[in-house]
Amino acid sequence: MTTLVQNTPVHRRTILAGGAGLLTLALARPGAAAIIRPTREATVEAIRRFTGGATVQAGRIHLDMPPLVENGNTVPLAITVESPMTEADHVRRIAVFNDKNPQPHVVTLHLGPRSGRAAVNTRIRLADSQTITAVAEMRDGTFWSATADAIVTLAACVEG
Amino acid sequence: MARALINLPKTAKPGAVIEIKTLISHPMETGYRPGPDGRLIPRNIITEFVCTYDGEEVFRAELSPASAANPYLTFTTVATKTGLLRFTWMGDNGFSQTEEAGITVG
Repeated sequence: MTTLVQNTPVHRRTILAGGAGLLTLALARPGAAAIIRPTREATVEAIRRFTGGATVQAGRIHLDMPPLVENGNTVPLAITVESPMTEADHVRRIAVFNDKNPQPHVVTLHLGPRSGRAAVNTRIRLADSQTITAVAEMRDGTFWSATADAIVTLAACVEG
Repeated sequence: MARALINLPKTAKPGAVIEIKTLISHPMETGYRPGPDGRLIPRNIITEFVCTYDGEEVFRAELSPASAANPYLTFTTVATKTGLLRFTWMGDNGFSQTEEAGITVG
């Protein structure tokens, strides 16, 4: 009985400390929330395959997509990455993933120092209101990511 | 032959970053859409796009069914010297189309 009484506050303290730690993390790096946000397993797996299990940091990449999409069949998407695009420091690949389309992969782009700028525009399909994740691989092997949300009124892919 | 549109400046200064816009007419059938008979229409998409500048690859894209119909891609490249840019789209059912455009640098 005494052990139980002693154990309870320890447990509570540990949980409180852990919670406080998480809160500090979330407050210190608001951008990090983009990666912690739970995505579908297939999307997580596709991103892991792209990065080869390397850590993905938030930042350096920008996604421009309309937040409210009338027609999910053509959604303009602009991707830019902050990079000098020199021989020593450039973007090698950019991959875009989605949460709720039948397949997680959207597009993979291969760039290099000959690109001059890391800026690509395309049009994509969205089957549902969802989050788009873009991951960029740099010359030094680091990975950076960003997300964008869209609300879709007319779904693509599945409907006729 | 699908209709392809390519837009890039005819002339550029050496070292300038130019923007290239490309669009090709293609249904990009996803393979998830039912046809009039209720069966799924088989997938027919463009899977790859490559741009070479004087034979050297400057941009490549791997597309999936999540790309919109009539794939549109804009990207940038450094105008190094007068030469030929070649654009190739490849896809399902042996689809392959190549277009060329010249640029004068100086």
